[in-house]
Amino acid sequence: MISVRKLVKRFGMKTVLRGLDFEVQPGEFVAILGPNGAGKTTFLRILASLSRPTLGTVSVDGYRLPDQAAAVRARLGVVSHLPLLYGDLTAEENLRFFGRMYGVSNIEARIIEVLEMVGLASRRRDLVRTFSRGMQQRLAIGRAVFHDPDVMLFDEPYTGLDQDASAMLDDVFRSVAAKGRTVVMTSHDLMRAEELATRFDILSRGVIVASATRKQLGRGNLLTLYKKALAD
Amino acid sequence: MQSKPLTLKILDIASVLALAIATYLALIYAPEEAVMGQVQRVFYFHIGTAWTGLLGFLFASGLGITYLVKQDLKWDIAEVAAVEISAVFFFITIVLGSIWARPIWNTWWTWDPRLTTAAITELIYVAYFMLREGIEDPDRRARFGAVYTLIGGLSAPITFLSIRLFRTIHPVVIGSGDPNAQGTFAMTPHMEVAFFFGLFAFTIIFIDLFWNRIRMGQLAAKVEQMKLNLMH
Amino acid sequence: MAADQQTSRASFMKAMFAITWKDLTAEFRSREIFSAMLVFSLLVILIFNFALELDIATRQSVTAGVLWVTFAFAGSLGLNRSMAIEKDRGCLDGLLLAPVDRSVIYFGKVISNLVFMLIVEAIVLPVYSFLYNVNLFNPGLWLVILLGSIGYIAVGTLLASMAVQTRTRDVLLPILLFPVAVPVLIAAVKASEGFLAGSDFNTIYAPLSLLIGYDVIFIAVAYMVFDYVVEE
Repeated sequence: MISVRKLVKRFGMKTVLRGLDFEVQPGEFVAILGPNGAGKTTFLRILASLSRPTLGTVSVDGYRLPDQAAAVRARLGVVSHLPLLYGDLTAEENLRFFGRMYGVSNIEARIIEVLEMVGLASRRRDLVRTFSRGMQQRLAIGRAVFHDPDVMLFDEPYTGLDQDASAMLDDVFRSVAAKGRTVVMTSHDLMRAEELATRFDILSRGVIVASATRKQLGRGNLLTLYKKALAD
Repeated sequence: MQSKPLTLKILDIASVLALAIATYLALIYAPEEAVMGQVQRVFYFHIGTAWTGLLGFLFASGLGITYLVKQDLKWDIAEVAAVEISAVFFFITIVLGSIWARPIWNTWWTWDPRLTTAAITELIYVAYFMLREGIEDPDRRARFGAVYTLIGGLSAPITFLSIRLFRTIHPVVIGSGDPNAQGTFAMTPHMEVAFFFGLFAFTIIFIDLFWNRIRMGQLAAKVEQMKLNLMH
Repeated sequence: MAADQQTSRASFMKAMFAITWKDLTAEFRSREIFSAMLVFSLLVILIFNFALELDIATRQSVTAGVLWVTFAFAGSLGLNRSMAIEKDRGCLDGLLLAPVDRSVIYFGKVISNLVFMLIVEAIVLPVYSFLYNVNLFNPGLWLVILLGSIGYIAVGTLLASMAVQTRTRDVLLPILLFPVAVPVLIAAVKASEGFLAGSDFNTIYAPLSLLIGYDVIFIAVAYMVFDYVVEE
């Protein structure tokens, strides 16, 4: 589904990603872990087509970036740590706007469906700036799945959420992933990642230094893997 | 970095010589103008710097477009060099124009189309540098710089045209390069020599400064690279 | 093929108006941009009254100038706020993620910015009329205001998109915009004066065509370079 070969990203003279290789099969849920500055957000932005690769190839569902970016975008749902929502619009107006931008048919029906899915049906006519952070994140996920994308990218989605909000987000994640979507998530939160993902990749200094599937790892071993990978 | 190429060293000497000769021609060789007196000599330098400054600015726009197409930072270094030198040349133009205006028209400034456009273009230069100053990422800095020189390069000639056409209270007074225009002065052959040599001299000086400035830019880039290498 | 072109043009329009609609709806709720622009305009007009003690005859002749200075300042205020909203909550990314041409964002924003500016102008005109006893019920004048605003907003939206991504964001937009928008001001003031004084069409024709020319050129250029300004 996602295929990345020898990806290099430079900002002027600073190299952030150094020849990264990355493969994701349809339906996998990959958690990318790593310390600050490793390049996780940069990598995700490139996958999201928000940033161009300096060298290397990136393709999503067979479409290459950056040449076929529009085709890629139509198949992607992105949730960042910023909600990307308009505070002065209501929940349903936000969804309607993005529905129009993505050319979704049956927008009104879809709005109801999605609001149900993220547990915000009762707040549909409320302005987003009155929402708590947790609610905004849930609506952000609603926005991201609105056009029924095959691939979802999450960049540190749990940032700034308390326990309850995080638990709610877990539920939403599970229902989203259950639909057979391909998911790539970056996170600081090893415990959460361990619960949700089917595969764990560790990114350090611009390359993937370790990768293990859930089966290979067994329970509770993620922390060990993480520490070991970074020690090298 | 290699030491200065021989051609450049020769050009350096040629520029200094050209400037010296031009000064001689302007101050001594050319006869005193009947109506305006000694201050008219400013004209020989004023037009030289104005002309080269303008060409430099248009050249910078071209370099900007080339950068956008080729995405190679070396075009950006060249563009900055061109803008910087044009900025200085235009400043000299403005100062000389003012010096000329004072005794002749008893005012430090005339809103003559050429002078006014030079002043506005100078402001565009200042804006250009302020824009670049506020950006960290070198690629973005280069892109924005290129876009702004393009916009500026298009609007400056239109500005000149609009002042010329619509601000009828302020006719073209200062040194139209065409001696037959609105009552400036007719040039004797000696004056013509001084005039054309002045143009030639400033073109040489521009190219010399431009080349040197590019080398400076390349050197600075190299230093940046070395700094980054040291940090890792 | 033709059907493809039809649908992509339709979705272009749809997405573009979605952005305009979103801006207008959000602004209708908060009235943040609008009130800032309006109050500022009225203050500027009042200040002119105190700064320039004018008799009735002189007042007539400076009306065009005062109006356009007011519009220019208020316009840049609105532009700044409009783009800052997108940048602050990361919403620009949300727009960039949509599978549409980047220019959709540009045109959508231009239209909403233009609407804000026109509404403010529509209010300022009667107020000015009332305060200074000048008849501004003049369709020719309105045409000039429309054309001038279009040119101003076309360049302003592009430059605001750049300014908002720099550190010095708030001060930078007027500095970038004013030197480049000078032709609009000159031509618009000239044409406005013409219509207000009831001059015959021949005198008004020239500045009017310059305005139209400027509008066309800069919309075309902005359309071509907008990608470079928003991509990374």
